[in-house]
Amino acid sequence: MPKQNYSIVLCGQAGQGVQTVEFLLTGIFKESGLNVFSTKEYMSRVRGGMNSTELRIGTEPVRAYMNRIDVLIALDKGAVEHLSKRIDENTIVVTEKDFLPANFSHSHIDISFSKIASEVGNKLYSNTVAVGTAAGLFGIDVETVKQQVKKYFGRKGEEVIEKNIQAMQKGYEFGSDVVKNQKIDLSIVSSGKSSEQIVLNGGDAVSLGAIAGGCNFVSSYPMSPSTPVLVFLAQKAKEFGIVVEQAEDEIAAVNMAIGSWYAGGRAMATTSGGGFALMTEGVSLAAMLETPVVIHVAQRPGPATGLPTRTEQADLELVLYSGHGEFPRVIFAPGTLEEAFELTAKAFNIADKYQIPVFILTDQYFIDSNYNIPKLNAKAVKVDKYISKTQKDYQRYAFTKNGISPRGIPGYGEGLVIVDSDEHDTEGHITEDLELRVKMVNKRLARQEEIIAEAFEPTVWPSKEYKNLVVCWGSTYHIVKEALESLGDKHTSMMHFSQVYPLHRDTLKYLKQARQVAVVESNASGQLAKLIKLHTGFDIEKKILKYSGMSFCVEELADSFANLLGIGE
Amino acid sequence: MDAKRYDMGDIDIAWCPGCGDYMILKVLKQALAELDIAPENLMMVSGIGQAAKIPHYMKCHVFNGLHGRALPAAVAIKASNRLLTVIAESGDGDMYGEGGNHFIHTIRRNPNITNFVHNNMVYGLTKGQASPTSQKGFVTPVQVAGVILEPFNPLAVAIALEASFVARAFIGDQQQTKELMKKAITHKGYALLDIFQPCVTFNKINNYQWFKDNTYYLEDSHDVYNRQAAFAKACETEKLPLGVFYINEQKTPFEENLLAYESDKKALYERYPDLDKLQQLINSF
Repeated sequence: MPKQNYSIVLCGQAGQGVQTVEFLLTGIFKESGLNVFSTKEYMSRVRGGMNSTELRIGTEPVRAYMNRIDVLIALDKGAVEHLSKRIDENTIVVTEKDFLPANFSHSHIDISFSKIASEVGNKLYSNTVAVGTAAGLFGIDVETVKQQVKKYFGRKGEEVIEKNIQAMQKGYEFGSDVVKNQKIDLSIVSSGKSSEQIVLNGGDAVSLGAIAGGCNFVSSYPMSPSTPVLVFLAQKAKEFGIVVEQAEDEIAAVNMAIGSWYAGGRAMATTSGGGFALMTEGVSLAAMLETPVVIHVAQRPGPATGLPTRTEQADLELVLYSGHGEFPRVIFAPGTLEEAFELTAKAFNIADKYQIPVFILTDQYFIDSNYNIPKLNAKAVKVDKYISKTQKDYQRYAFTKNGISPRGIPGYGEGLVIVDSDEHDTEGHITEDLELRVKMVNKRLARQEEIIAEAFEPTVWPSKEYKNLVVCWGSTYHIVKEALESLGDKHTSMMHFSQVYPLHRDTLKYLKQARQVAVVESNASGQLAKLIKLHTGFDIEKKILKYSGMSFCVEELADSFANLLGIGE
Repeated sequence: MDAKRYDMGDIDIAWCPGCGDYMILKVLKQALAELDIAPENLMMVSGIGQAAKIPHYMKCHVFNGLHGRALPAAVAIKASNRLLTVIAESGDGDMYGEGGNHFIHTIRRNPNITNFVHNNMVYGLTKGQASPTSQKGFVTPVQVAGVILEPFNPLAVAIALEASFVARAFIGDQQQTKELMKKAITHKGYALLDIFQPCVTFNKINNYQWFKDNTYYLEDSHDVYNRQAAFAKACETEKLPLGVFYINEQKTPFEENLLAYESDKKALYERYPDLDKLQQLINSF
């Protein structure tokens, strides 16, 4: 029986075009009706170093990083060594003999991508040879491959297209011959549905969600791994009417975002932990002004500069406690691409409705991971605007039952819109009336009840009947899910939080229902577990934590679940 | 228009008696009235400090944000609703110290906003420490042996950055200050007006008399379009020139260059995303 899924890893130097190969192969496999997943790990440099991309293909959806490598395509010296811990006797290593380390003990399939490329006319076609080879190994219809290569190089002129197709075909023949001659079985059944679907990554999903939520102002300072969102929205600035400004620093970025919301925009700042640290005074400002703001924080390992291109979930507490003073906030941490789209769009409505800061917490792994999903519905989230046309006697901070005053904006109506970072009266003017101060604090906090009532429910999967519960949040969703699937234990469920603050009211109920609870977090101290304990009193003692800078993989989580919860074989 | 339209009535003003800020407030209201800018169209943005309280003392839209951050907020407000007349007004500590980086980059951006900076060469709100513009040797409770740092020269910096309008006033001369304010407000693009304003409580050196004795008006022969000449004038320290130093009319304001407005002139609050177009974009993945 053919295997259900394969893991193909491409590895080479930065600047060598690993991403081109990834992009082409993802499209080729998807068009062939296979489910695809890809994720990359890379060094913080523009040239050199070793970068790798894992590409998984499956009959069923594949959406998580795994350690196993079925086929390794090594494009340079050092690639095999870089991944040596993940290579075993079952790994098919496709590379040039010279690229192997001296002590390499497994067999390999010898091919010189650059030599074949040179025969076609230029070493530059090496990547296309590699694409062809991979497609040949998996027996993909050659016409599909041709179409994708044509599409990719479409703008570069006839000659480039022609040469790349030749290069691809040479690689393809090599791949098919290897399968035939060496009796390697890499066959896989296509489910046929994915060609109608879309492939995108976390950065795309957040960006598309922002547009769907009516985002029309973005101010940010570039910082890995959050930059793709800034780039995406900048590319679409004209088409979707978005003001995009690269600010001089994150302090300016967040103050611009708040200024825009005040003036009627729907603004977002996108950053990572270090940049967000600078934005925290702005978080506090938004709270005091009761002006909405949306901030996307793509986490990477800290403290300080940490590991710029790696992943971690260690900034939950930073975001949770950011900004001096006491005020409500909402923190989303999408686990799937669909959630990233929906919750980012929703973030704008929630921020507007409650006049509070709303955060979207992702990480490098989430931003850089791609897979196929059914087409997102642009109209899934309605743009709700909560602004009011002002009258002459308008008071920005008029007291109301739930603490939320109608939000006027300057130039819309006859009233004056007065906001102040100092404590202020109902009109918005500075005050030191201490009785009024107490009323204003209460006013800002009063909306918390409604915010909690509207919290996004955690996903409990596959069943709400369980003995063991694995708690997780954000980007680990699919990894936990596949690890549990691989164990096939019907008494164990996952509880995934896409909103980590405030927690959903049923959180404690779900936790108490389990005999054993474990938490999975990509940080060293179990930040969600601490938050849960603080708000529910429930202490999750079993913690599965990782903070090496790499994401969890399916196998290690399956092992941890088996050991810690005594499940599986 | 009558300047009284900006009056707040009987309010408690936090400035010291005799503070130059009172005169700036009065003159600003006159300048705005003469330009016929209605309070409903006037957006005052400030940071923190004594000068930053000025928006609270007049009828207008007010964004009194964080220390040093008036300019980023002002840029964004103007870029979100281009019909508003936006004035960012604060003191020398706010604009040149805490907000120094924003000062630099706002000039580079060239939004169509006006930047009034009350320059009294001292920190008032925190009670008498040196400001970025304090003169060398100025003794304070913190700078006990006198200021040893070179004073920040906002005009020279602005001209070096090719700011589109650079001027300086002394509030001791209300008529001229009003005229300079009007020129700055009507200028299309970023306009800096640094306003000398004595602090009667914490700066006993740079008082009214000192400013009178140590300033002079730029001669009629000064060519405001000549950047080299303007820079030379800005660098003078023996006596400090007043008036318009430099104008560059060749620059397009920031918000007019934004792609967001290329095919849609509406303010951001009037916009909704084109979801059909978004669906097409989604389907293209």
